[in-house]
Amino acid sequence: MSKYKNFRLLGGKFSVLVDRKASFIFIILVLIAFVVFTISTGSGEMKINPLTVVKVLFGAGPEMETLVITSFRLPRIIVALIVGMSLAVAGGILQGMIRNPLASPDVLGITGGAAAAVVGFLAIFSDKNHSLTVSIAWLPLAAFIGAGVVAFLVYFLAWKNGVSPIRLVLIGIGISTLMQALTTFLMVSGPIYQASQANIWITGTVYGSNWQNVAILVPWAVIFLIIALIAARILNIQELGDDVATGLGEKVQKHRFILLMISTALIGGSVAFAGGIGFVGLMAPHMARRLVGSSFGALLPTSAMLGGILVMLADLIGRTMFSPLEVPAGVFTAGIGAPYFIYLLFKTRNA
Amino acid sequence: MLLKNTSLKWAGFLIAIIVMLFLMGASIVFGYTDTTLQMAIDAFTNNNGSNEHIIIETVRLPRALIASAVGASLAIAGALMQTLTKNPLAAPGIFGINAGAGFAVVAAITLFNVNNMQGFNALAFLGAAVAAISVYAIGSFGREGMTPMKLTLAGAAISAMFASFTQGLLVLDEALLDQVLFWLAGSVSGRKLETLISVLPYIGIGWVGALFISGKMNILAMGEDVAKGLGLNTGFIKIAIGVIVILLAGASVAVAGPIGFVGIVVPHLTRSIVGIDHRWVIPFAGVLGAILLLAADIAARYLLMPSEVPVGVMTAIIGTPFFIYIARRGFNAR
Repeated sequence: MSKYKNFRLLGGKFSVLVDRKASFIFIILVLIAFVVFTISTGSGEMKINPLTVVKVLFGAGPEMETLVITSFRLPRIIVALIVGMSLAVAGGILQGMIRNPLASPDVLGITGGAAAAVVGFLAIFSDKNHSLTVSIAWLPLAAFIGAGVVAFLVYFLAWKNGVSPIRLVLIGIGISTLMQALTTFLMVSGPIYQASQANIWITGTVYGSNWQNVAILVPWAVIFLIIALIAARILNIQELGDDVATGLGEKVQKHRFILLMISTALIGGSVAFAGGIGFVGLMAPHMARRLVGSSFGALLPTSAMLGGILVMLADLIGRTMFSPLEVPAGVFTAGIGAPYFIYLLFKTRNA
Repeated sequence: MLLKNTSLKWAGFLIAIIVMLFLMGASIVFGYTDTTLQMAIDAFTNNNGSNEHIIIETVRLPRALIASAVGASLAIAGALMQTLTKNPLAAPGIFGINAGAGFAVVAAITLFNVNNMQGFNALAFLGAAVAAISVYAIGSFGREGMTPMKLTLAGAAISAMFASFTQGLLVLDEALLDQVLFWLAGSVSGRKLETLISVLPYIGIGWVGALFISGKMNILAMGEDVAKGLGLNTGFIKIAIGVIVILLAGASVAVAGPIGFVGIVVPHLTRSIVGIDHRWVIPFAGVLGAILLLAADIAARYLLMPSEVPVGVMTAIIGTPFFIYIARRGFNAR
């Protein structure tokens, strides 16, 4: 039996090779994600048993449970899942494009730009009594604009007869540090409760997500996740390096720009609704690489599922472990993710 | 190179010291409370207990001294790191050492309830050391060994890691946020002279040590193989550099919080003035670093009068264009 299964569609006009092992792992991950999803939906102040949860999901549960689940828990868990998937795929794309396993949305300054924009939003649209003059519902838009502006800024500052990955990263690091300084400055100059509000946002949390958020985030993320999947073949070529890629007839610069825009769109969407949940974009692609290898067609979907599971778990722990205190999901992704990541790096070194 | 021979360099060094002393004076005299030079002199010779005299003695003087000491330390640390790693972007801020020390200090307050200065210092050094060693180790794994690119990325990743740890601690303890926010932005104001005195021994060791090994660093800069061929104990020198960097950066963070970009900007500026001889680069970088931070701190008072911009924000605004310029020039061009 060959490693790949060939699918031909539309009379051979369209065909894909599917890695058997990867699809097996992918299906298992989908199942795990579903289990985590169900457990997470069932846990909280009011415990609901998983069977009832499944019943509610299919619209046949008791009224009380249905209310709790659909109006409070589901939106937040869906946001967690989608945000995790987006960040993981964006991280995978950046790592392939920059050809370095340490690249991530945080390092490139995109998350930092969103953070600066959010704190700026809180500072600018406050009156003398420090209450907001516009609706807080505009906050995601500010975050998104911040992420987008920084991505463009980094790209254009890195341009010098084309953009090399090294310049992109270095300039990203510089801009990221600047954004951090701006954020801290804005936090210092505002009142302290605003700073603490901003700090929770920067750390990353899916607290307070509602169906409106889901309705914006889900279509956006799904579209770009699909585009990312189609772009996986570009990534495979880009990872060979500029010279080889050019030799293979790849439009290196144009595609690099497209890849950067895809990941920015994914990151922008997720920071807009969940803040700067860190290390998922770094960690999930690594875990996926160990599971299915480094061909991006298999890597991206796998890391998407892993990312979703990670953020849902982080949210679940943050919600239940110190109840009634809510710990932002970002604290756990960083607290568990960072040490695990270092462990991975040392392990690869010895292997 | 601007200053071509030894006598010009001595003259330049003298001028730099005069500028530094002048700025220290300016730092004491200028600010929100109107004071004059005469008052400043009186405050030390003939203190009459007036508000102005008290401000000069307890607020302005420590601030000027701390800005000089921290600026000099960060600049020297940056110069050492750039030679050690052969990376023009190496600096305590970019390589996560500031972030590591910053996290350690925040953790000291929240998790370990440390409240004496020696405790803070010890933890700041520990944080700096952990960050420096991890960055060095992560940056040098893999087939090609240590490359500037890998090292820089490792620094950014470690930096991001410590930053999110710090954020996490602050989210869990909101009262603390108020307490440390200004410190986290990097600031030389509101510190007591005792804070500086408590780290002075470490900073002093760092400065003297850097001057001592500056000749050896010229040899190390020729490359590992050549240096070994010339009989240099490269392992020892590298460890010495590492220890000095950790002392200088750790002490700076303990006093003034994580102040970025001084360690990048100043060594480059210095090299363009005195060339690449470390016996000149190190002392010059020290004085120029002090000048930069003093000037940034004075500007920080006036930018948004009556409120103050943390000096770390000022250095970031000055330093980022410079950083981008170096990054665009690339690693190989000198």
